[in-house]
Amino acid sequence: MDFGVLQQYGPLLLRGFATTVFCWLVGTLLGMALGLLIALAQRYGGRPLRWILQAYIEVIRGTPFLVQLFVLYYGGPLIGLRLDAVPAGLLGLTIYGSPYFAEIFRSGFTAVPVGQIEAARAIGMAEPVVIRRILLPLGLVSALPALVNFSIILTKETVILSIITVPELMYQVSRMSTETFRYLEANLVLALFFWGLVEAISRLGRRLERRITKHLVERV
Amino acid sequence: MVQASAVEIRKVNKFYGPFQALKDIDLSIPPGKVTCLIGPSGSGKSTLLRCINFLEPYESGKILIDGQMIGYDAPGKPMSGRRLRDMRRSIGMVFQQFNLWPHMTAQQNVAEGLIRVRGLRKPDAEERAAEALRKVGMADKMGNHPARLSGGQQQRVAIARAIAMEPRLMLFDEPTSALDPELVGEVLGVMKTLASEGMTMVVVTHEMGFAAHVADQVAFLEGGELVAVDTPSTILHHPRDARIRAFLRTYHERNAF
Repeated sequence: MDFGVLQQYGPLLLRGFATTVFCWLVGTLLGMALGLLIALAQRYGGRPLRWILQAYIEVIRGTPFLVQLFVLYYGGPLIGLRLDAVPAGLLGLTIYGSPYFAEIFRSGFTAVPVGQIEAARAIGMAEPVVIRRILLPLGLVSALPALVNFSIILTKETVILSIITVPELMYQVSRMSTETFRYLEANLVLALFFWGLVEAISRLGRRLERRITKHLVERV
Repeated sequence: MVQASAVEIRKVNKFYGPFQALKDIDLSIPPGKVTCLIGPSGSGKSTLLRCINFLEPYESGKILIDGQMIGYDAPGKPMSGRRLRDMRRSIGMVFQQFNLWPHMTAQQNVAEGLIRVRGLRKPDAEERAAEALRKVGMADKMGNHPARLSGGQQQRVAIARAIAMEPRLMLFDEPTSALDPELVGEVLGVMKTLASEGMTMVVVTHEMGFAAHVADQVAFLEGGELVAVDTPSTILHHPRDARIRAFLRTYHERNAF
């Protein structure tokens, strides 16, 4: 093994990693936001809307991310949706993650005791306020571990963005590999970067969890 | 002159699918008095209570709160969410499982409705919340979250949450059933104080002692039917109906040792 080439390719790999983190962060946050909207619409919407959203969830969950990206990036222009690689990648990640996030939020909402919602309604609280003050904070607490878990899965899905030429870490690693034939070294570096990222996210998640459940568990 | 009822229940029916939970219930709740609903589990007493603030919709009949029908503008015509919420503001409810919001302190639990429903400013709401908590003997635990309170303390906070809204009517759904026996007294004590101040109360309970000493009238339900409404002493000591006698016999056997 020869890690000497890293000196030459270091800056490129770092830029790639920064793009990876950017795509992951934006895609995850937007995916969560869309998932939350879907979960709320499924809880409060009428039957037709719920049916459409359920179909959306099934289709997106039932097809590979790679195929979705191809359809979006190469099929999009056919219907006038012409996106650069990075915006297409972000949109793809958002769409891909949304049904999983929607399901996580749905189960989080289900975990909120009905009685606590009824207590809010019984004093005359309007439904949007019930959502904001009771359902969301309590539902998020139960959903947090699963949210963190799926966000971690999404970090590794970002490598697929390299296929539509998003210059993220995988893309740069491939480039380094083909230019130097140092496949093993390049991919080990890739693995290390991802490991570091995942470790950071899970630590952050655990700290967040400890903080928001501080008052919720019985302590002697 | 006959005094108008605080709650007038007329020919109320309630179904869960093919199962009829309430059958033609007629009951008047007099203002400023305590009405206890008793009966075996599954008799429909909690369902009836939950119909009074329309947490549970009823299918036919009428429930009038101070003369105004709750849940419907006219029979078969549901009222708007806003009008229902306006009516609920004056009806306090206390649940078996307390149902405090676990992410808020005792004081925040009580202040929440004052801020979000009554539109009070936060400092005013907090002051009123503190006052309500003092009344139920919880002033020294205002800053505690529910997880740091005993069941009896949680239920007293829940009562404070309801009375802080200054309701005209209070509904209690088995308020002591989830409590350890030694904690029942503190909650019943607060309820007695409320009753002595003239609060109109409807209480679903298994505490026959409370019914006997505090209630002004007792209604006995079984199988979704209202079997009898009378004074506590008639229902509990001289019941005419065999179903009430059977219920009381079981109750006494269970409590004997």
